[in-house]
Amino acid sequence: MGKVVVVTSGKGGVGKTTSTAALGAALATFGQNVVVIDFDVGLRNLDLVMGAERRVVYDLINVVQGLAKLPQALIRDKRIDTLSLLPASQTHDKDALTEKGVARVIADLRRKFDWVICDSPAGIERGATLAMRHADIAIVVANPEVSSVRDSDRIIGLLDAKTLKAEKGERVEKHLLIARYDAARALRGEMMTIEDVLEILSIPLLGVIPESLEVLHASNIGSPVTLSNASSAPGRAYLDAARRLKGEAVTMTIPSDKKGLLDRLFGRRAA
Amino acid sequence: MNFGFLRRRSPASVARDRLQVLLAHERSFRGKADLIAVLRDEILAVIAKHVRMEPDSVQVKMDRGDSVTLLEIDVEISTPSSATLVAR
Repeated sequence: MGKVVVVTSGKGGVGKTTSTAALGAALATFGQNVVVIDFDVGLRNLDLVMGAERRVVYDLINVVQGLAKLPQALIRDKRIDTLSLLPASQTHDKDALTEKGVARVIADLRRKFDWVICDSPAGIERGATLAMRHADIAIVVANPEVSSVRDSDRIIGLLDAKTLKAEKGERVEKHLLIARYDAARALRGEMMTIEDVLEILSIPLLGVIPESLEVLHASNIGSPVTLSNASSAPGRAYLDAARRLKGEAVTMTIPSDKKGLLDRLFGRRAA
Repeated sequence: MNFGFLRRRSPASVARDRLQVLLAHERSFRGKADLIAVLRDEILAVIAKHVRMEPDSVQVKMDRGDSVTLLEIDVEISTPSSATLVAR
């Protein structure tokens, strides 16, 4: 039986979809059978970030409503054959997702894959609560910025209250993934540090993804950053996070300010 | 002499401190988000057993201060003589 992971945050634009794609691809490169599901019904984007936007025929809603079979809707990645995508619908809205239908789809996927990674929509409404409903593990994505950290705290509260595990008196395993971290800014006291965020949210750290143009480049070309440039700083950070998710002990490396003295003097931003 | 003004606090530490205060508040109210609404309905139900009440005649307000939280309940009861009794 595979593990169900929800990638969630409350706030939009913090890097849920990027992280879902990067971690999913990373786990698949380790030989794991992975499916990534887009729960952002009406505003799908995981297909685009994965580079599969032209291959979508059926979607999650079609499967939930029984109009398509699961194998028809799953899109196998062209680069790694152990990676699949279940896209969201662009035409329906979130009300088309039924609790029962989602439960059935997740149960089917759990039997077929080692990892079922659910990309949650932003917010705390129906779409987000359905995406976290069946999770064994939650990855809370946060940026070191006040509104993102506040929303993460709210999401952690929901994970402890509204998931099936919580209702059974069990606990969803929660991990914090800090994205868009700028070491130079944190060093100058302009941005909260990793320690600050950890102290406030007090859930274990899965990884720190540095702010990087590589992430933008990866989504531009429709490839998870762990495939497009696995040796880049964000690529390595995501690969390490994926290993930790698998249970490996990988030393945590906080991206540091590697700029030289000249760059620092002239205040150039790292790419 | 206090030289505290020389050590201007960094924006990041201001952010951290504001969040810690705010989240301590929000966490204490987690799961009781509609405490005010529940109080309002229950107070209304108790008084309505004895006096005829309009549904909007109970106002409940909560002011969260640094050390004390003030709960303010206004109950408006219309009397047949149309004189209004306000219990506070």
